[in-house]
This record gives sequence, structure tokens and C-alpha cells, in this order.
Amino acid sequence: MSAGEWPLYEVFVRGKRGLNHVHVGSLHAADDEMAVHHARDVYTRRNEGVSIWVVRADAITASSPDEKDPLFAPAGDKVYRHPTFYSVPDDVPHL
Amino acid sequence: MTAVDTDAGPDTGPDPALLAQFERVLARSDRIEPRDWMPERYRATLVRQVAQHAHSEIIGMQPEGSWLTRAPSLRRKAILLAKVQDEAGHGLYLYSACETLGVSREELTLRLLEGRQKYSSIFNYPTLSYADVGTIGWLVDGAAICNQVPLCRTSYGPYGRAMVRICKEESFHQRQGFELLMTMRSGTEAQRAMVQESVDRFWWPSLMMFGPPDAESPNTAQSMAWGIKRNTNDELRQRFVDMTVPQAQALGVTLPDPDLRWNEERGHHDFGQPDWEELAQVVRGNGPCNAQRLAHRQRAHDDGAWVREAATAFAARRSGEPSLSVEPVETPGADR
Repeated sequence: MSAGEWPLYEVFVRGKRGLNHVHVGSLHAADDEMAVHHARDVYTRRNEGVSIWVVRADAITASSPDEKDPLFAPAGDKVYRHPTFYSVPDDVPHL
Repeated sequence: MTAVDTDAGPDTGPDPALLAQFERVLARSDRIEPRDWMPERYRATLVRQVAQHAHSEIIGMQPEGSWLTRAPSLRRKAILLAKVQDEAGHGLYLYSACETLGVSREELTLRLLEGRQKYSSIFNYPTLSYADVGTIGWLVDGAAICNQVPLCRTSYGPYGRAMVRICKEESFHQRQGFELLMTMRSGTEAQRAMVQESVDRFWWPSLMMFGPPDAESPNTAQSMAWGIKRNTNDELRQRFVDMTVPQAQALGVTLPDPDLRWNEERGHHDFGQPDWEELAQVVRGNGPCNAQRLAHRQRAHDDGAWVREAATAFAARRSGEPSLSVEPVETPGADR
């Protein structure tokens, strides 16, 4: 009867050469090859991409998106990693 | 539209810190993302709205789809095919967004087929002439754009991102409809009459697409407080009327409302009220095509069962192939 629900894939598209693949959405497919075909039909009907990656959603390991997550805390107090931390004279060129 | 989601549990005193974080994100007009904590009612409201929207795209393929085999030229047929394919795509974007809220695709399909979730009332009206293809593009997709553009800024990230994609594609839908009607208006007397007759039938149902008047839309205030909706039903309806009147003049068609006139003082058009009892009846399942639309969707689902089964069997066999063609390796975790 029911074939069960096909696995969920996340879809990444490279918009054009020189750009990263960017996450565009997700879809269900029976296998990897079908996922690529479905991704083409669902996400690139108007030349939105030159390359597609699909990956099973259950293969992704994620941090919590909550920005208070302690995972990101180490970056919080290191302002010296940004160029604007340093004051230099205005009249020195190319800095 | 009054469907109650079975997974909408009562709010059982959320953690105040989590609630405060949720409200801080909304207060700075930031987006809620799938794995953030959110109040159950926020989740349930979104599931209901996004699912209804997804179902509308899928059912919305039917009224125009019935003209695919009778399009008057290859050009029109190719355009209509592309448009109907877009509707399928829009449904898929929205189902994906809805699934991030913890509902499965199978469950969503089932809720539609069992009538536990609704779709837009407009698709329960028949498409009686080819002009209806143009009118749907112009008026129905025009109303949809009015509804959807503000939703690009909705507070739930995946829903907003789906709406951005959809809005980009909808403008093709509206323009092809307008162009189709313009072409027919420059045709024979019979073709011009066909356009007017079609507009007469679709005008009021298009106004109903924005939902009941604000006074009878009790969920609007909460949805706006949560940033799910950005405008009230009546605001959007007014925007649609103001936008459409000059387009109707350009087409040379009459909008069938004797009360429609410009109000200098308000800076908007005044217009008559749709028959709200008719909307209630259509929503309750008593519109001209409700039974036909659901029966067709059910048939498509049933007829596709063997395809889903075959694809699953094929995938299973293929994933088993390497162990059939190479020496079985007994060592677990052996990597290269």
C-alpha cells in the first residue's frame, strides 16, 4: 500500500560560477539521483543555477540557531579581530 | 479556515526566559527559525496558514489545468503549462516550509484529502471559458500578489523565504493573464464579450480571497502581533481594488460593482461588499466545485501510488546493489 514517506533532502544551488552553493530549500525523493532531478524541476525553472548539491537532511549536523548559544560565545569578546578595532591616522593612505 | 490543528496543544506555561527571547526576536523584526523555541499557538497558527496556502497552490492547478488540452495555440499552451508547473512548485516550497514546523508531508496531504485543512475558496469556482485563464492570471493572481508581497516579511523565516521565491514567479502569472485578456479584447465581438462575462464571474470571488471583514476575523490581531500577517484583510482588499481599477480601464472592461467609485476624501475607491454568506458556504464545502476538486486530488494521489512504490523499490534495490556485485565486507566500520 503506502510506500512510506521518501527521505527529506536539503538543496543547495550555485547561482553562477564564482559563487558558493547556497541553501534554497528542501524536497523529498526516493534516492539521491531523483533528488537532483526534483531539485532541478523545483528550484531551477528559470536558470537560477549552474550546479546543484543535494544532501539527506538527516546527514546534517547543526548548531542551535539561537544566537545566545554558548557555541558562539568565544567570538563575542574578541573585538580585536575586526579592522575597526584599530585607530590609525586618517591621512595615512591604503590602510 | 476554521480548521483546528490536532497538534495544537494548549500553552502549558512556557519557560519565561524562552518566551522573552522569542518576543525579543519579534520586537526587533527579526525572523524565527525552525529550531527556535516558539509558543505552541504560534506554531499551530503557522501550520494552519502555510498548509492552507500550500494546498491552495496544489488545488489551484486544476481550474486552469482543465484548459491545457484546449489552449488555442502552441504559444498559449506552453505558457499555461509553465504556469501550472509553477503552481506545483509553489505548493512544494510551501509544504517544505510547513514541514520545518514538525508536520510531515504525508500528514499534510491527508489533512487536505480528509477536508481537515482548507484551501483558498476561489478554486472552488469553475473555469467555463478560455477567458477565465486570463482572468485568473489578472485578478486571482493579482489578489494573491497583494496578499503575498507583505508575507515576504513574515516573522517565520522559511515561510518568508518561500514567499520571496513565489512572488518573483507570480508577476509572470499576472502579466500573462493581462496580456491574454488584452489580446481577446482586440478580437471579435464574441471574444470581447467573453472577457467581460469572465470578469463578471470572478470579480466578487476575487475580493473574497482576502478573507472575511476585519470585524469578523478574530485571529487577525494575534497573527499581526506575532508578525505572521503584516496587514489586515480589509487593508489588502482595499489595496487590490485601488490597484485593479486602472487596469480594468486599460482593458476596457467594467467591474460589476455599482458602488465602485473614487473617494477623493479617503484617497481610495469605495466599493460594495461581497456576498459573505456565499463565502461561508464555499468555505463550508458547498461551492460549485468543492467535491470535484477534492475528488480529483484524491484520484491523482491514488493513481500516483504505484509510482511512489516503484521509486521506493528501485531506490532500495539500487542501494543494495554494491553488496551484490562486490565481495561482502564483514568488518563493520572499515573505512578507506
